[in-house]
Amino acid sequence: MLTTVFYILSAITLASAFLTIFTKNPIHSAIYLVICFFSIAGHYLLFNAQFLAVVHIIVYSGAIMILLLFTIMLMNLNKEDEKHKSGLTILAAVASFCLVAYVLLAAFIKSMPILEKGDYYVSGEDYQSIKVLGQVLLDEKNGFMIPFEFASVLLLVSMIGAVLLSKKEEKISL
Amino acid sequence: MSIETISLSGRKKEVSNKKMSFLESLYLVAIVKGLFITIKHLFTRKVTIKYPEQVRPMSPVYRGQHMLMRDEEGRERCTACGLCALSCPAEAITMKAEERKPDEKHLYREEKYASIYEINMLRCIFCGLCEEACPKQAIYLTTSKKIVKANYERDEFIYGKDKLVMPLEQALNNTKLKTAN
Amino acid sequence: MDSTIIIEKGVFIVIIFAITMLMAMYSTLAERKIAAWLQDRIGPNRAGKGGILQPLADGLKLFSKEEFLPDTPNKFLFVVGPAISMSVALMTSAVIPWGDKLHLFGRDIVLQATDIDVAILYVFGVLSVGVYGIMIGGWASNNKFSLMSAMRAASQMISYEIAMGLSIIALLMMEGTLSLREISANQSGMHWNVFYQPIGFIIFLVCSFAETNRTPFDLAECEAELIGGYHTEYSSMRMGFYLFAEYASMFISSTILSVLYFGGYNYPGMEWATQNWGVNPANIIGIVVLFIKICFFIFFFMWVRWTIPRFRYDQLMRLGWKILIPLAIANILVTAVVMLLLQ
Repeated sequence: MLTTVFYILSAITLASAFLTIFTKNPIHSAIYLVICFFSIAGHYLLFNAQFLAVVHIIVYSGAIMILLLFTIMLMNLNKEDEKHKSGLTILAAVASFCLVAYVLLAAFIKSMPILEKGDYYVSGEDYQSIKVLGQVLLDEKNGFMIPFEFASVLLLVSMIGAVLLSKKEEKISL
Repeated sequence: MSIETISLSGRKKEVSNKKMSFLESLYLVAIVKGLFITIKHLFTRKVTIKYPEQVRPMSPVYRGQHMLMRDEEGRERCTACGLCALSCPAEAITMKAEERKPDEKHLYREEKYASIYEINMLRCIFCGLCEEACPKQAIYLTTSKKIVKANYERDEFIYGKDKLVMPLEQALNNTKLKTAN
Repeated sequence: MDSTIIIEKGVFIVIIFAITMLMAMYSTLAERKIAAWLQDRIGPNRAGKGGILQPLADGLKLFSKEEFLPDTPNKFLFVVGPAISMSVALMTSAVIPWGDKLHLFGRDIVLQATDIDVAILYVFGVLSVGVYGIMIGGWASNNKFSLMSAMRAASQMISYEIAMGLSIIALLMMEGTLSLREISANQSGMHWNVFYQPIGFIIFLVCSFAETNRTPFDLAECEAELIGGYHTEYSSMRMGFYLFAEYASMFISSTILSVLYFGGYNYPGMEWATQNWGVNPANIIGIVVLFIKICFFIFFFMWVRWTIPRFRYDQLMRLGWKILIPLAIANILVTAVVMLLLQ
C-alpha cells in the first residue's frame, strides 16, 4: 500500500514540478510549486519524519510561497511584459543546467545500491521525534549546535539588512 | 455662569485631549467595561413585538382607510355634496350624485346620495381634511382601524363604495350598544 | 487488529466532521441570536421552534441562489478558493483530543483522530495554508478590489501568525511537549495553563480573533460597510463556503484555546469521578465539559463582536507587530528566567 502511495506522490511531485517550469502564467506556476511542496511533505511523512513534513509545510508553503505569491499578484505580470532573453543568458542557463545535471547524475550513480527487500529491518529506534531532533541539533558535543547558531546569526543579519534597506535614504547617509 | 459651562440638556461633556496613562492606553479596562455593558443587555427585556401574533394597539387618532358612515338606522349619511372632494389636497376623491327614489328611504338618509364614491388610495395622503370638511359627518378615517393593503395593480387602489361604506351589521351593532348605554 | 483501528478511526473522524459542521451551522444561528439579544432584540424565531431550523433555511437559500461566475480566466482557481478555505478549516480538528478515552466493546477508544508528536506545529501549518484559500479566491475573481482585500486579509493573517506562534512558545517551554494530548493530560487537577500563562493567553486570544478574521479585526470583509472583501465576486454556496469556513475556524480556535489554556477535557474532580463512577461516565462528562468551554469561547467571540469597534488597518498592524510580538518575546524571556530559577 505504501508503495502505491509513494508512486502517486512521486507522480504528483514530478508533474507539478514540470508544470511549474512550463506554465506561462507566473501565478499558476507558483501554485504548481505549492502543490509540489505539499507532495514533498507527503514524501517526508512516508519516511515517518513528521516534524520535517510539518515544518516544510509551515516554512515553504505557509510562509515563503505566500510571500512570493504576494509579490507576483501585486506585480501584475503579463505575457507581454516578458523580456526577450539575450543569447548570453540562454548560454549561461544551459551551462548551469548541464553542471547541475552532471552533479545529480554523479550523485545517483555513486549512491548506495538499492537494498533488497530482506535488508530492511525495524530497529524500533526513534529517529524523528522532536526530542531526538532537539538533542541532535542543540547538543554541544555530538550535535550541530554551532552550525545551528550560525544559521540563526545569518538570519539575524539578513533581518537587519532588510530593516536597513526599507529605511529612508537620508537616514542611511547619516 | 459663563456660556461655556451652560448645558441646556444637562448632558454636555467637555472634550478633553489629555494624555492617557499607561493603564488606560492598554484599553484592557475599557474593553472589560464595554463587555460588561453589552452582557447586561443580554438580560434586559426585549422590546420586539412578534407582529402577526402580537399586534400593537392602534392610536385612537390613527388615520387609516376611510369609512363612509351609516346613521343609527343603518342609512348612509353621505349626501354627495362634494365638499370632501373639494377639500382634498391630493384630489383623490371623485363622486357621482343621484336623487333618492321613494322606495330607497331606508337606504339613504338625505334626499341626494352618492351613487359612485371613489377614493384613489395611491393619491390619498391621509391628511383627514375630508373628515373635517364633511357637514354630515359621513366620512371618517379613524373608525375603520384598517391599513390600506398593498397590491400589484394600480386599478385595485381605487376604492369604491363596496370597500368604503360601513358594513350594515356594524352600524346596527353600534346602535344597539348606544341604546344599551 | 489493523482493520479495527481503521474502522474505529474512520467512525471517529466522521463523527468529528459531523460535529464540526453542526457546530459551524449552529454558530451562524448563535451569532444572529446573540447579536439580537445583546441589542435587546429577539432574533430569528420563525424557522422551527425559536428559530432552531434557521441554519437549514439559510443553507437552502444559499444553495438555491444563482451561481454567478465572473469573467475570469481562472475559473478553476475561482472554484478551488473556497474549497481550500473550507477543507483547511476542517483539517485542524484531526489532532484535537476531545476526551481522554472511552472503554467500549472491550477496548479502549482514544478520543482523538491522531496523536501526532508535532500536533501544535500541525495546527500552525494548517493555519498558514488557510491563507491560500483567501489569496487564490481573491486573485481568481479578476477584480482588483477583491485582490486588494485578499492581500489585506492575507497580510493580516500572516502578521498575527507570528505573534500567535511566539505566544505559544512560552507555553511549550513549560509543557515540554508539542502533543496536544500530553498538554491536556498535564493540566489535570486545575493546573490550567491560563493561570500560569495569562499574558500568553491574552496574546493568543487576540491573535485567534485576527486569524479567524473576526471583529475587531474583520476589516478584510467589513460586512457592514464594505462590499464583502475578497468574496465580493462570490455568490451562492461558494460564498457560503467562505462564510462557513469562518465559523468552522472559529469553532476550531475556540477548541484550541480551551485545550491549550483551559485544561481541555479536564474538570475539577475528574480523578474522583473516574475512581467512583468508572472510566466512561467520567470521560463523557469530560467531553461535555470541553464542549461547554468551547461554547463559552464561541460566545465570547460573538460577545466581543458586538462590543468592540473595528480597528483601522494601521492600528491593526501596529498592534500585531509593535505590541503583541515584543510582548510575546518578553513573555518567553520571563518564563525562561522563572523556569531556570525554579529548577
